[in-house]
Amino acid sequence: MKIDPHNLHRFHGGLHLPGNKEVSLQRPLARVPLPARLFLPLQQHIGTPAEPCVEPGEAVLKGQVLAYAEGYVSVPVHAPTSGTIVEVSEEPVPHPSGLAARCVVLEPDGEDSWLQRPRPGEYRSLNPSALRNRIREAGIVGLGGAGFPSFIKLNPGRRRKVELLVLNGAECEPYITCDDMLMRARPEEIIQGAEIMRHALGAEQCVIGLEDNKPEAAGALREALQQSPDARVQVIAVPARYPAGGEKQLIQVLTGREVPSHGLPLDIGIVCHNVATAAAVFRALVRAEPLIDRIVTVTGAGVKEPRNVEVAIGTPLRDVIEFCGGYSDDVKRLIVGGPMMGFTLDSDQVPVTKTTNCILVAGHAEAPDPLPALPCIRCGACVDVCPANLLPQQLYWYSRARDFEKTQDYHLFDCIECGCCAQVCPSHIPLVQYFRFAKTEIWSQEREKRKADHARQRHEFHLQRLEQEKREREERMRSKKEALEHPPGAGEVADPKKAAIEAALARVRAKQAARDDPRTARESNLRQPDEAPTAGPQVDKTGR
Amino acid sequence: MINAILAITGLAVLFGILLGYAATRFRLESDPVVEKVDALLPQTQCGQCGYPGCRPYAEAIAAGEADINRCAPGGQATIVALADLLGRDPKPLDADVGEAQPEPLVAVIDEQTCIGCTLCIQACPVDAILGAAKQMHTVIEDECTGCKLCVAPCPVECIHMVPLRRDIGDWKWPFPAASSSGFSEPRGTPTASP
Repeated sequence: MKIDPHNLHRFHGGLHLPGNKEVSLQRPLARVPLPARLFLPLQQHIGTPAEPCVEPGEAVLKGQVLAYAEGYVSVPVHAPTSGTIVEVSEEPVPHPSGLAARCVVLEPDGEDSWLQRPRPGEYRSLNPSALRNRIREAGIVGLGGAGFPSFIKLNPGRRRKVELLVLNGAECEPYITCDDMLMRARPEEIIQGAEIMRHALGAEQCVIGLEDNKPEAAGALREALQQSPDARVQVIAVPARYPAGGEKQLIQVLTGREVPSHGLPLDIGIVCHNVATAAAVFRALVRAEPLIDRIVTVTGAGVKEPRNVEVAIGTPLRDVIEFCGGYSDDVKRLIVGGPMMGFTLDSDQVPVTKTTNCILVAGHAEAPDPLPALPCIRCGACVDVCPANLLPQQLYWYSRARDFEKTQDYHLFDCIECGCCAQVCPSHIPLVQYFRFAKTEIWSQEREKRKADHARQRHEFHLQRLEQEKREREERMRSKKEALEHPPGAGEVADPKKAAIEAALARVRAKQAARDDPRTARESNLRQPDEAPTAGPQVDKTGR
Repeated sequence: MINAILAITGLAVLFGILLGYAATRFRLESDPVVEKVDALLPQTQCGQCGYPGCRPYAEAIAAGEADINRCAPGGQATIVALADLLGRDPKPLDADVGEAQPEPLVAVIDEQTCIGCTLCIQACPVDAILGAAKQMHTVIEDECTGCKLCVAPCPVECIHMVPLRRDIGDWKWPFPAASSSGFSEPRGTPTASP
């Protein structure tokens, strides 16, 4: 696949949004000190929550596994520092529901002592399957925000060859700059991580795509590439347009190919990972470091010193904001993520997780109160901007009417929830909220249906079981009745049990007679057909 | 003229044979409409509709004996789905069936009070109660459909219905309120659909 940086393609729709990125790039990257307690959710990824394997009171070392992966779509959780386990309990986590989830609570001891790690072997000698296993054991998930276990997306499968690995450094959402900072500060980690991933996938080439509003990052990456001339990595800047950082949109811009509806990029021979994920892969394979920290952008008018920080997973948001100067006077809303795709939190006592890319403390001007929704005037502005080529207007009508079959006919699940449609709607209709509602309703209905089918199976088995018991009871009644009506005669064997007992008694009597008779004593070691062989002619009186 | 009559008669006989063969070879064991109706019912087997289970109710609907608005656990969603399938008009839940269940329930046995009589085990339509005579009985939460059939037979009244535990995995985005924008929203509350 040849990608010509001067002949890139376009995706449909999209918007130019004010970046608001400069404010968080003024200060250098700094590390947030460890808090008094770390709260590590067992589920920081898409899939099955991890299972805890530590007890309260247990002392753990940095990098030690605290919860192991459960099932295939799952990754382990590691200790970001050494300390003592306080408990495994339900704690508030960053989620739009505001609900709590199970977390491992860890109290750092201040030593920060690493677990004894084996010397990482040369990654090039590992086969792709072993590479994927290491990546899984390091707890690496997609750090762009979705949190899908990365080792699964590094498995090409048997269907087709992976031609291209795309590293997504676009970071198109306003305010967020963590990937920009990473690309500037540690470009060599990204490039070496790219090589490892390329090796795991068997891909021929890798392209790092980033928006053209990040010239420093592009420069840093290109310079680092010069240090590794063997790396088959290309750095390409794409026009800045929201949401160019969407996986499908970035692929379309770079290659001109569209990911099929309900399909994956793998279907067209491409795999896309975030640049931070690549850096994490580097650390896991080359330094044997599991995923225990990440870069987070702390920004917005509500925080005094907006900047990018490196944070240990599990650090409460409050501690991170304190490190950045604390709250200013103008605090309207606390948002995890960006202004388009993030969600609001009621409390700052939730921890940073593997997928926390930005803490946006929005001021009053930045997060004005939503205007009341007016009726849809069928203007079609939403259709013009949808990067997934959908009809948000139709999806809105059918979601509102709860006609979920029709929403799926209009490809509801291809919606990436970017928010472009809601942004341009002249009636201020919260379109994305309707689509999210429809999606979770549909999933809930599917779950209900599966439960109902399962219950039906159990009920049918229950009825069958009762039928069978009834039949057996009738059978027994019948045979007993027959036995009573026709008592067994001299030669008849009415009851097989009784017959067996009679036969056994007869055998014993015969043996006793034979033993007592001195003439046949020497022949007493004649074996009966159903007995074990005797040791020799001496047969003890109690034995057979 | 005679040729025409023979030709038509021949065709009639041929088609008659084909249809007769098809009637026996492709005979359906049960009415397919019953299967489709049963697939839409929630399989709680609670009997609130007046029929001893979901399948008998499905058969009654297919036969035209029962109306489509008698399923309480299914609620309005089931009534609408049945109306859609059968081409009838949806109507509100029949008043004498009771109220639609606002949230799913599961049965819980108070182990201090249980006497091990197995009456609840015999009552459960999906065999969700584990136990034996004079042994402790317990409800397997994952299998319980909340039909409440075990509550009445218990001689010591030790079975209670409690709301099913919901966690983050079951949470759904709520239906949007009237005044909201495309920006990040104040968090929704975990509720069942309105």
